[in-house]
Amino acid sequence: MGEKKGVWAFSENMELLKELLACGSPLAAKLDTELSAVLLGGDMKEKANELIKHGADRVLIVDNPNLRAFHIETCLAALTKLAKEKNPQIILIGATKNGKDLASRLATRLQTGCTPDCSQLFVDEEGWLTTKRIVFSGNAIVTASYLKTPQIATIPSRTFEKLEPHERTGNAEKISMSLEEPKVKIMKIEKMEATDVKIEDAKIVICGGRGVEKKEDFSFFKELARTLQGQIGNTRPLAEDRKWFSSWVGLSGKKIKPALYIGCGISGMIQHVAGMRDSQVVVAINKDPEAAIFEVADYILVGDLYEILPAIVQELKKTLN
Amino acid sequence: MPRIIVCLKQSVDVSQLKADPSTGRLVTAGVSRKISDFDKNALEEAIRIKEKNGWELATVTVNFEEVKASIREALAMGADKGFVVLDEALKGSDTWVTSSVLAKAVGKIGEFDLILCGEASIDGFSAQVGPRLGELLKIPVITYARKINITQKTVQVERVLEDQYETVEANLPALVTVTKEINEPRIPSLMAIMKASKKEILTWKLADIEVSAEEVGESGSGVRIRDVTVPQVGRKKIRIEGETAAEIAEKLVKELVKEGVVGK
Ligand SMILES: Cc1cc2nc3c(=O)[nH]c(=O)nc-3n(C[C@H](O)[C@H](O)[C@H](O)COP(=O)(O)OP(=O)(O)OC[C@H]3O[C@@H](n4cnc5c(N)ncnc54)[C@H](O)[C@@H]3O)c2cc1C
Ligand SMILES: Nc1ncnc2c1ncn2[C@@H]1O[C@H](COP(=O)(O)O)[C@@H](O)[C@H]1O
Repeated sequence: MGEKKGVWAFSENMELLKELLACGSPLAAKLDTELSAVLLGGDMKEKANELIKHGADRVLIVDNPNLRAFHIETCLAALTKLAKEKNPQIILIGATKNGKDLASRLATRLQTGCTPDCSQLFVDEEGWLTTKRIVFSGNAIVTASYLKTPQIATIPSRTFEKLEPHERTGNAEKISMSLEEPKVKIMKIEKMEATDVKIEDAKIVICGGRGVEKKEDFSFFKELARTLQGQIGNTRPLAEDRKWFSSWVGLSGKKIKPALYIGCGISGMIQHVAGMRDSQVVVAINKDPEAAIFEVADYILVGDLYEILPAIVQELKKTLN
Repeated sequence: MPRIIVCLKQSVDVSQLKADPSTGRLVTAGVSRKISDFDKNALEEAIRIKEKNGWELATVTVNFEEVKASIREALAMGADKGFVVLDEALKGSDTWVTSSVLAKAVGKIGEFDLILCGEASIDGFSAQVGPRLGELLKIPVITYARKINITQKTVQVERVLEDQYETVEANLPALVTVTKEINEPRIPSLMAIMKASKKEILTWKLADIEVSAEEVGESGSGVRIRDVTVPQVGRKKIRIEGETAAEIAEKLVKELVKEGVVGK
């Protein structure tokens, strides 16, 4: 595997970066090498300390005015230069949409392979990184390993639990470099409607699908969510076709693993299931006794959600008081 | 004439996949193939741009097995010409190899102003080939488009990210990957299907684009697949029944309290 040494982690999202450190830590230990976090931007001292507490042996800080606001192209240029200079053997990148774009292009510039959305990573007997991820819209798990270095992998948020922070020593290394102006200009950024708690963090998620006739009917869901202190989720068609929401749960949307998932009026197509498969307890309500969602449910309720949901709210109120 | 190229992947129809019960491995043999879902959105978008601006529209596909039926469908939808790189040696190629072969094919097709790809393919779902291809061609890359606006010299795109929309602009030529929400792909009329049979599909072997067999397949790749298994779901599948909704609700809540996910 040549001269390459070290495991790197990078994400523009600080929380995800800490999770990547948790993922990279055993890999670095197994390879008997250093775990580095890469920080791109301005004043980073505090962040660097935080990353060391969360497992980084070293923090590589690139300070350049062009990196202060996130832009894929400047990050790409900085990471490419840094990697060519320091030759890491593994680069872990947070699988946000921008992160996946960045990782693909970094892998191209470094003439190497990249596996996306990995859920498990380990080092094989010969020292190669091996990854597992879901493919075929959730129908299969593929195990892959690398044939070239650096070995680049992207990892979605909430795949790894960040390590408990504790005082440890580490190095913060500052690197300066020049970077070209990006070719793509960002003209405008518009934030999506934000909910109080992110659905990925919710302990309980009540999800609605096309079985819900009108947007107003989500009032039942809201009431149930309030009673259980949960969050509301939905399938992709409610966002895309009906434009009721701006995001959804599933393969191409958010991946959730709540303690309790309640799916109402959802058929259970594989693309939706790919986003909720890891829920601890699954309840499904559907009027079609053959609905596919029942195949991945712990509790199966055949019936009309418009009758069953209000009854559940009633019952819960009784029980919880 | 300005030209758009759409990268079409032929994917397995994921809704038809099954596991081999004796091995737990996935069976893809005999499963029907189709144009990957988001690539149809890319194609539809390209057709709209073509119709509005009078551009030429070509598709390009890389595969190790027959793809003609899929390309015919694309031509019936509105593409002018299909380019295919078909070679058995491509089996086992990763996204790096696929994008390199696409780059060579695009080079042979000639001048272009815009390349459109899907956000990700329905089977691989790696979302890599688009950005990698743009990188190899050294042109601006814009991913996750839900709206595309073309002027003579630039492309303006609304990107959809996890928690924000971003409007960005780049000079042409550029590569854009599109999301499913950008449009509703058309279904070709019978007339269009008949007309499409006269359109040209050009098939190249690797040698025609000056790529050697060693550069592709597993030997050229950065990643190799070791195993494909089917995930096991160990769910309880308990049916909760009752005369009334209230009775069903009562039984469910009892179970949820027992599970420890509801209540104290
Ligand atoms: C590439 C690709 C990616 C995709 N990614 C995602 C993704 O990330 N997330 C996602 O969700 N989808 C995704 N989809 C779409 C997915 O394939 C399904 O179309 C979608 O999940 C179906 O949504 P649904 O269950 O709400 O609707 P439907 O499939 O229409 O199901 C509605 C269900 O409601 C039931 N119902 C109707 N009325 C009632 C009632 N009164 N009471 C109880 N039950 C009732 C019906 O029996 C039916 O089962 C993707 C598709 C593609 C092609
Ligand atoms: N073999 C291929 N031939 C043509 N285009 C492809 C091929 N593989 C991927 N693409 C394009 O790249 C996009 C992303 O694919 P993927 O990286 O597999 O998720 C697809 O939506 C296609 O537009």
